[in-house]
Amino acid sequence: MSTFPDRTSTLPDDQRIVMTSVGLTSPNGPNLESYREALLAGRSGVRNYNIRYVGDTHAGVCEFEGTKYQNRRDARRGTRAGTVGIWSASEAIARSGLDWANVDKSRVGIYIGITEHGNVETENEIFSISQFNYDTTVWSHHHNPRTVANNPAGEIALNLGITGPHYTIGAACAAGNAGIIQGVQMLRLGECDLAIAGGVAESIHTFGIFASFKSQGALASHSDPTKASRPFDKDRSGIVVAEGGCLYILERLSDAKKRSANILAEIVSYAINTDATDFVLPNPERQAQCVRLALARGGLSPEQIQIVSTHATGTTSGDNQECEALRQVFSGVSSVRFNNTKSFIGHTMGAAGALELAGNLPSFQDGVCHATINVDNLDPTCALDGLVINQPQELGRVDYILNNSFGMLGINSVLVVRRF
Amino acid sequence: MTAAEIRNEILDILSDIAPDEDLSGLDDSKSFREQMELDSMDFLDIVMELRKRHRVQIPEEDYGNLASMHLTVTYLEPKMRDIVAA
Repeated sequence: MSTFPDRTSTLPDDQRIVMTSVGLTSPNGPNLESYREALLAGRSGVRNYNIRYVGDTHAGVCEFEGTKYQNRRDARRGTRAGTVGIWSASEAIARSGLDWANVDKSRVGIYIGITEHGNVETENEIFSISQFNYDTTVWSHHHNPRTVANNPAGEIALNLGITGPHYTIGAACAAGNAGIIQGVQMLRLGECDLAIAGGVAESIHTFGIFASFKSQGALASHSDPTKASRPFDKDRSGIVVAEGGCLYILERLSDAKKRSANILAEIVSYAINTDATDFVLPNPERQAQCVRLALARGGLSPEQIQIVSTHATGTTSGDNQECEALRQVFSGVSSVRFNNTKSFIGHTMGAAGALELAGNLPSFQDGVCHATINVDNLDPTCALDGLVINQPQELGRVDYILNNSFGMLGINSVLVVRRF
Repeated sequence: MTAAEIRNEILDILSDIAPDEDLSGLDDSKSFREQMELDSMDFLDIVMELRKRHRVQIPEEDYGNLASMHLTVTYLEPKMRDIVAA
């Protein structure tokens, strides 16, 4: 058994929570291996994209074989978020080594982080009735089951015959971390024996997300779509909206040991707090507080963290404020490295926290920290010591990864995981 | 639309609703539900598509007339007689 100098190591095995599998779809890869390979190779998943009313823009678009786990009838009836969730959950199960047919489905919980849900379907229906002079009798009877906030989690439950609790956690762009945290808490409380947890996003299918960022002056634009998402770069112009999904199988360490499961990581700490200062603008004091709270809860010092996966989205104030928060916490820590995944895939919204962590997990095996790309002209305000720019960096050994994920209305989340 | 054209239109709607079903052997005299996976929400899709495509309104009390292909075509024939097939 691993012995680490953190508080979690002292807990009994039935209170220690481990990640035993992950299923994902990212704009630059439909599984962990291809995604990691793209991150190390510096390959973007952002492309040119056209959406109703807004027109030409950029987006992170996922390509995966949806019909592998969902028939076309159910895909038509459900939502893109549901399909992304079913893919991610099914892949996670397929890779987990679980004897799924004999797993007690009433003891499985589904906890899915979402930034938003329902915009896609509502926009589609309004467009549809606009073609019929706004006659609401052609408004689809599928609208309500598609737009209820638990939809993505419920579609996973329907597809996999899971009868334990299922729900979504609305936490803006901190939702991926929040979904995982919910899974950890429910396992510790004994509410389930196995959690499918993380986040999903279908946001590229709603023009409103693009239009709102554009009106805010926060929608990225570049002649080369692969260069559009560029956190920390002086010439950054905003966010690239992306879709994606990333769901983990979480188990108590005692259960994982019993079945000799492969353990990707142990969740050693987490924190969620709130700025309570602005609808949109972040607050570095509260962000720093959230990081410190996660470290303190885990009995960790900043020196123990090797990789910080930043949240930075490519907006001027957001990137600057996060860097300020990180400087407050990691000042004088020369060993820590900072990277960013949105520079490759854009902002996968509700999936971001979970997906960005997943791309870093292989560091426990290969000792490499992937980069943040598209930094051609580093903004001095973002020049963190230890920022891994454009090329991956060999670190040798990685024991702890800290994952930042922040969202609108001032929600901050931090997750810390450890090699096992 | 002729009876045959209405039948083709219903088949087209069914293939949208249940894209994985093989409809080539559909028995017109048997109920749809006996022959394919079709629940009440799918059934409402038939009603909705007829409304959207042809402005045909089917009152709820008449839904029973759409149980099988034969019943559906018989019911729709007078309502769709003046519609020109696309």
